[in-house]
Amino acid sequence: MSKVTGKKVVIEGSLAVAEAVKYCRPNVISAYPITPQTHIVEDLAQMVADGELKAEFVNTESEFAAASVVFGASTAGARTYTATTSQGLFLMFEVLYNIAGSRLPIVLTCANRAVSAPISIWNDQQDSLAVRDAGWIQVFCEDAQEIHDFQPIAFKVAEDPKVRLPFMTMLDGFVNTHTYEQLVLMDQALVDQYLPTYKPVVRLDPAHPMTFGALAMPDVYHEIRYMLNRALMGSMSVYADAVKEFNETFGREYTPFLEEYRSEDADVVMVSMGSLCGTIKDAVDELRKEGMKVGLVKLRMHRPLPKTAIRKALDRASVVAVIEKDISLGLEGIIATDVRATFAGHDGPNVLSYVAGLGGRDVTVPQLKTIMKEAATWKGRESPDEPFWVGLKRDIIPEV
Amino acid sequence: MAEKLTDGAVVKPASTHVNKTGAWRSMRPVVDLEKCVKCYICIDLCPEGAISALPEKKGVQVDYDYCKGCGICSSACPQTAYTMVREEK
Amino acid sequence: MATNAPATKPKTLKDGYIPPAERLFSPGHRGCAGCGELLAARLVIEAAGPNTIVANSTGCLEVTTTPYPESSWGVPWVHSLFENSAAVASGVEAALKSMGRKEGVNIIAQGGDGSTVDIGLGLISGMLERGNDILYVCYDNEAYMNTGVQRSGATPFCASTTTSPSGEQSFGNMRPKKPMVEIAAAHGIPYAASASVAYPRDLQKKVKKALSIKGPKYLHIHVPCPTGWYAESINTIKIGKLAVDTGLFPLYEIENGVVTGVKKAKVRPKVEEYLKTQNRFKHLFAKPGGDEVIKQIQAIADRNAERLGLDEK
Repeated sequence: MSKVTGKKVVIEGSLAVAEAVKYCRPNVISAYPITPQTHIVEDLAQMVADGELKAEFVNTESEFAAASVVFGASTAGARTYTATTSQGLFLMFEVLYNIAGSRLPIVLTCANRAVSAPISIWNDQQDSLAVRDAGWIQVFCEDAQEIHDFQPIAFKVAEDPKVRLPFMTMLDGFVNTHTYEQLVLMDQALVDQYLPTYKPVVRLDPAHPMTFGALAMPDVYHEIRYMLNRALMGSMSVYADAVKEFNETFGREYTPFLEEYRSEDADVVMVSMGSLCGTIKDAVDELRKEGMKVGLVKLRMHRPLPKTAIRKALDRASVVAVIEKDISLGLEGIIATDVRATFAGHDGPNVLSYVAGLGGRDVTVPQLKTIMKEAATWKGRESPDEPFWVGLKRDIIPEV
Repeated sequence: MAEKLTDGAVVKPASTHVNKTGAWRSMRPVVDLEKCVKCYICIDLCPEGAISALPEKKGVQVDYDYCKGCGICSSACPQTAYTMVREEK
Repeated sequence: MATNAPATKPKTLKDGYIPPAERLFSPGHRGCAGCGELLAARLVIEAAGPNTIVANSTGCLEVTTTPYPESSWGVPWVHSLFENSAAVASGVEAALKSMGRKEGVNIIAQGGDGSTVDIGLGLISGMLERGNDILYVCYDNEAYMNTGVQRSGATPFCASTTTSPSGEQSFGNMRPKKPMVEIAAAHGIPYAASASVAYPRDLQKKVKKALSIKGPKYLHIHVPCPTGWYAESINTIKIGKLAVDTGLFPLYEIENGVVTGVKKAKVRPKVEEYLKTQNRFKHLFAKPGGDEVIKQIQAIADRNAERLGLDEK
């Protein structure tokens, strides 16, 4: 990584986000505090107060209002940013769909947290995955360096005239937001070169009045939603190009859709997203030492779902153990269902769903090793209809 | 040739005029200009904005392309200069 | 519609004919014949002028003026959701400020009584508390009209709506109107006022006055709805006048917490004159006990008169 330019620091994950957002020069930031996102918006507020970041920082009375403020600001042609998690993301639910349907390039950071009820402030990924259908581009990050680097990528892709879609980046609440990691900060001059000033295609402007948010009758709504989906699918190639350009500018080596860790010749491959992948890499290394052919495919882009890339990364495996911190209640892990979808009608591995770490429960290296060994025994068998729950304390669960 | 849709359903300004709502009415207001004192209260009170002043203070005119025949003008005119007449069609 | 074109281009319809495509509010919208709300919206935007950006909530006004691919609006206009026009407008203001484009631009957030006093109340409160330079306009036709005349927090005492209907065992909506002008004023804003579409010149004066003041402003406009009030469209303005003149919808301003600009009158008609013009009150004249209810409604008007000094001595 000799080409990597920028200052080396050890900072809190939340500050890594705030610093990156600062370099992207947003015009308007609006957010409502909610644990564990708070440090991100507090850091940004301090930067504005100190004149370090020239932006309008709008405090609101709820996340619904914060999302609506960035909606209005983006429609008026500003570069906008917000951050939230869990209940706050859910309170924004209506506005998230409205933003995507209105083709606004708003950037949002979600500090993944469990959802109520019962209430929990600790990390899992139920929140951001629940809004996967809203039309936002969704990219999950593993560590502070990634979440830092993917902010300008997010703005660049969102604002591309061929895309014009909102972009959500994810980091894990507490695990990423409240821990200190070493990272290399981006150089402001390079960010300015990579991410030019936002030039909206249309905006609210008395000199050129336009109407936004018209009523679509049945004769046009179907097609307008098709156009939205077409733009979302098309964003994959724009995103891949943006990541490539980022690598060249900043000296990084990101692969856009997923990262393959020792999975090329693996028999059992784990699939996951976010910070858990760090732990999985340790488990993979230990099992490899013990002679097992295992690996990890870390999924980065979740929406749109990069099916071709996923198939290519997994089709040599016999068993795929999808381990995730979420569940689609009444079915299984969401990513597991997505991986199954990529193989529908194709020959492929046996896909197993593992639900782990809900509500901030630690997932350990020994647990992961056990899972991979167990997954190997499912070679050639029909996968069960219900997911496996990792580390379930059966002794405290009452009988039915 | 079909008009292409816009991304995000963005719409051109002041374009509803293609829809001639005059077709809605069953009664039409007819103004007697001799009674009109140019107070222009009817202009203010037309929900369609279908009434405008004639040049040289000659009175008012109704745009029958858009008049829905609600009758507010006839009710509001202090000079009772308007009569509501049934549409022939 | 060719006429002798005046020497200079007409600025308002009172100066002469303006081609619809050049207007701030074009005809051809799908509003009911005699709609008070659409009339008020036209008056508001014509008073505000072309240098105005409007954020509009879901409702009759939004739906009837923007059926894709048409729009009645000759100014930049955005509709997001039902409850959030105040927050959207806050975002517009922040954007303009951040990009140095705010100078001379009016920002209006508007919606019906449903989006204002009920579902959007919290977001309006936030906007008022933040002190954004925005005029919020409420078009009050006293029910959720766009969805079929269901009651709102602004539905007056004993009006019949589809979710608070009069019936064998009910006189309709048994709750008083939410005092929205006072609620807005309680936020310490420089200007809050009531207006009526039946007094259009007063309405436009208040819009212009509000927009000349920096900071958050609130304007509550009474707009009779012939469809939802079960009245004749020809009587829209007559009904609106009676609402004001009986004291049920008084016109006044609150400037920096002080009541000013009260519309007084020597004669205050009895509320019956108003109630009998609309069938949403017809049960008061038919059901036993209706006259007692009418007395209670008269008491509401009398209390308004006392509180605001409506009766000119």
